[in-house]
Amino acid sequence: MDPVLSVDGVGFSYGRHPVLDSVSFGVGAGEFVALVGPNGSGKSTLLRVLLGLARPQTGGVRLFGVPPAALRNRWRVGYVPQRSVVAEQLPVTVAEVVTSGRVARRGWARRLRADDRTAVDHALASVGLTDLAGVKLAELSGGQQQRAFIARALVNGPELLVLDEPVAGVDVDSQELFRASLVHMVREHGAAVLLVSHELSAVADDLDRLIVLRRGKIAFDAPPGDLTAAGVSLGVHREDLPVWLEGPG
Amino acid sequence: MLGLPWPFDTEYMQLALGAGLVVGASAPLIGTFLVQKRLSLMGDGIGHVAFAGVAAGLLTGLSPLWTALVAAVIGAVAIEWLRLRRRASGDLALAVFFYSGIAGGVVLTGLAGSLNAGVLTYLFGSILTVSPADTVTIVSLGLFIVVTVGLGWRTMFSVILDEDAARVAGLPVDVLSLALAALAAVTVVAAMRVVGVLLVAALMVLPVGSAQRLAGSFAATLRWSAALGAGAVVVGLVLARWLGLAPGATIVLVAAATFLATASADSLRRSSARPGSPLRADA
Repeated sequence: MDPVLSVDGVGFSYGRHPVLDSVSFGVGAGEFVALVGPNGSGKSTLLRVLLGLARPQTGGVRLFGVPPAALRNRWRVGYVPQRSVVAEQLPVTVAEVVTSGRVARRGWARRLRADDRTAVDHALASVGLTDLAGVKLAELSGGQQQRAFIARALVNGPELLVLDEPVAGVDVDSQELFRASLVHMVREHGAAVLLVSHELSAVADDLDRLIVLRRGKIAFDAPPGDLTAAGVSLGVHREDLPVWLEGPG
Repeated sequence: MLGLPWPFDTEYMQLALGAGLVVGASAPLIGTFLVQKRLSLMGDGIGHVAFAGVAAGLLTGLSPLWTALVAAVIGAVAIEWLRLRRRASGDLALAVFFYSGIAGGVVLTGLAGSLNAGVLTYLFGSILTVSPADTVTIVSLGLFIVVTVGLGWRTMFSVILDEDAARVAGLPVDVLSLALAALAAVTVVAAMRVVGVLLVAALMVLPVGSAQRLAGSFAATLRWSAALGAGAVVVGLVLARWLGLAPGATIVLVAAATFLATASADSLRRSSARPGSPLRADA
């Protein structure tokens, strides 16, 4: 069976500046994988390539066995960007943000049906925002806002969930709810999760694999226990990761 | 002619009311999306290109409304294409068309020998002189905008909320962005005779600025902005006939006064509220 995501020898450069060099890895169904690396290591570019937002110069990416551009049921991929920017003055409710994730699956001019509303309610409940569904996004904390965007990614029941620094600046309660949502996705629905983050303490015990990217190359790809056995804490890895993993990109 | 009370008791005022209501309601609908995309001045840029289209119509003897529509759609799509391809930043792309449009319009009207009061009706609007045929065209364009936004607002909302997330979800972001630009062009041309190309962006943006201080959701912002835009047209027409003022500019001043009133009330409300929201759990 094809992995949910396979990255094979991907290379990418901006002009003459190489960013990714022969990057290869895969993510299988029901796997919980974290991707870490110092600033400038190529994480963001890799994320754009594997989501089909940028085209690699060498190698290739396959989502559910096909190139990203050829994937027809795009709802199978859920994406939580680093921080969505909504003009503060624009009144947007939490429910509207989550419902917007349902549009592509429903069709651009079709009215939402009962199953769409059920999916929105379920996604809101999974991140603990049911009571705040009608509240304006600008009135929420950073953590609550981020949970709204996570609910938007969950609303279609994705088989692969990709998250870019989802807990940056998020309070402890929100981090615990966030962890519970991801574990529920992986354990109960068999979804694959690829988490790009500097802060892994909230999910350190739940990860199946840890991938470290350094200078555009994969420096480590193994269960996180291999690191923690060496006394490396994932929660504060910026300070205590070995020099060969951290340091300047 | 309908049996409406003063000041809408004459045929020209009733035509102005019909055209004005549709434009007043439809222009802010498109403006709501442009404001979120930080392209509030796009209407201005398109308006200047539309002016070149009007001049081309005067030069060739074709209907200025339709030549303006063609020029505006081409200009709007080109502006958005430059932005999407990152060939130019949003404001630089607007500036290029802003100045090229107005310069082209002046040159073409000069060639046509039409640099006179006729041109001013397009620059500053002339809602009291719209003909029944003009009204039918304006109402048709306006209804097209209202129906399109009514059907597709959730999709357009998804795109303006986060273009990358919308692409990952499979929405044709480039096509939708170009379609929004084309709708903005249709709006500009529909509003051209009401407030003029120099003031058209005001009718697209000012009611939105007021609406987002009154509404509690994006859907409500659309409804409020359409209602406030239509209200500005009605009040503007009443004041213009009562006081003998230029109607297009009066409509815009009413929209601006509404914006100032809502912004002031919002500031007072915020300053009187306790600092920090009970919903905020982290800094």
